Amino acid sequence: MGEFFRVALAVAGKDIRVERRSRTGLVAALSFAVLTLVIFNFARDAASLSRDAMAPSVLWITFAFSGVVALNRSFALERENAALDALLMAPVSRAALFLGKYLANLAFVFAVEAVALPLFVVFFGVDIGGAIGGVILVTVLATAGFVAVGTIFAAMTVRTRLAELMLPLLLLPFMLPPVTWAVQATARLLSGRPAGEIAGWIRLLGLYDLVFLTACLLVFPSLMDE
Amino acid sequence: MPELLAGRRAASRGLFLIATGLAGLAGIYVLALRFTPVERFQGLPQKIFYVHVPAAWSALLAFSLVGIASALYLWLRDPRLDLFAESTASAGLVFSVVMLTTGPLWGKPVWNTWWTWDARLTFTLILFFLFLGYRALRSALVDPLERARFSAVVGILGLILVPFVHLTVYLFRTLHPQPIVLKPSAPSLPWEMLRTLLASVGVFTVLLVGFVMTRYGLGRMGVGEWGHGAGEGRDHGS
Repeated sequence: MGEFFRVALAVAGKDIRVERRSRTGLVAALSFAVLTLVIFNFARDAASLSRDAMAPSVLWITFAFSGVVALNRSFALERENAALDALLMAPVSRAALFLGKYLANLAFVFAVEAVALPLFVVFFGVDIGGAIGGVILVTVLATAGFVAVGTIFAAMTVRTRLAELMLPLLLLPFMLPPVTWAVQATARLLSGRPAGEIAGWIRLLGLYDLVFLTACLLVFPSLMDE
Repeated sequence: MPELLAGRRAASRGLFLIATGLAGLAGIYVLALRFTPVERFQGLPQKIFYVHVPAAWSALLAFSLVGIASALYLWLRDPRLDLFAESTASAGLVFSVVMLTTGPLWGKPVWNTWWTWDARLTFTLILFFLFLGYRALRSALVDPLERARFSAVVGILGLILVPFVHLTVYLFRTLHPQPIVLKPSAPSLPWEMLRTLLASVGVFTVLLVGFVMTRYGLGRMGVGEWGHGAGEGRDHGS
């Protein structure tokens, strides 16, 4: 079991190191997230729609779309010089490879969200105050779920033509449940509702994470065998 | 060429079932319009019920079959299971289009809106997009073994997603009628209407089986995705 996590961390570490040295993916995904926020601000008719009413949806659409953009690069990295084949030749568990890629993607998407969230607060004048802990919890739980499915799909779509289009087509239906729940929970948190009101959404998000992470760990090995 | 013969046999049986189903569908129209009472509040638009609900049934049945066949494929690696899943997904896509077009046609006169973000409507729309994504992924992959594995994973994850979408949409209010046939108490539908509905469900099931068998047979004969260049996938496992 120790070996399993050691491999996973090694794979995740490799991806994070590549990203830290080149920074191209992170900068692009971040710029995308910020631009999405900016466009939303101008797409809103200030006279008819208050910023508060729109804020949770804007936040989650931004997170969801930049998540897709971030995931798209996850296996594109491995396509160059057939790096994926080399990775698959290593005598290690395929599930551990998946976990490694998953953790790296998670770190990447979290990094984008960590920058987008404060900008969202500034751009939309949200009074996040006491809700910050709850919003972070909801973000972590929702992201953990869709990144699991996204990692699997990114591994598949990278082998197709039009990979950048294929990933959102497959992944967006899977994002619907966690994003819907996250929007509901975020809206309640931002309007200062009692914590008890969002307990149900939190539990659903946790269930989604558990089910899909398990399913992805189980199916990834059969995805990759040649 | 036993493969070709088996394919031809399945395809011709499928075509026979489609012909039977289409004749049955004509029968359903007569039965629904002539021998089934007009619903008191909705009037004639309610007749679309006898097409809409069975189409939804066939789409859901197809979706479950794709998921099951996908799981079995990853386990047994029999290319016929992959072919079956692909055939069923294509047929399911057709039925979900029928469901998504008859729904608004019924909704407009009765609810006074073409579309509403109601539980079951959203659910069926997601179902449609899952079928569409499955088809799109298949058409974007070249290697038959890779295509089979990848689409099986989508089929399985799609089946796992269904209860979550169901849960999501049920937490919101709904315009759509509550179940009137499949519910714990006795069906609250007059016998004449129930009879027409059940007959129509039968006809749509025959059509689904017919479409799947025809496509499956054509696949065995090497038409479409299983045509030239797919040979290396064929001998694997069988």
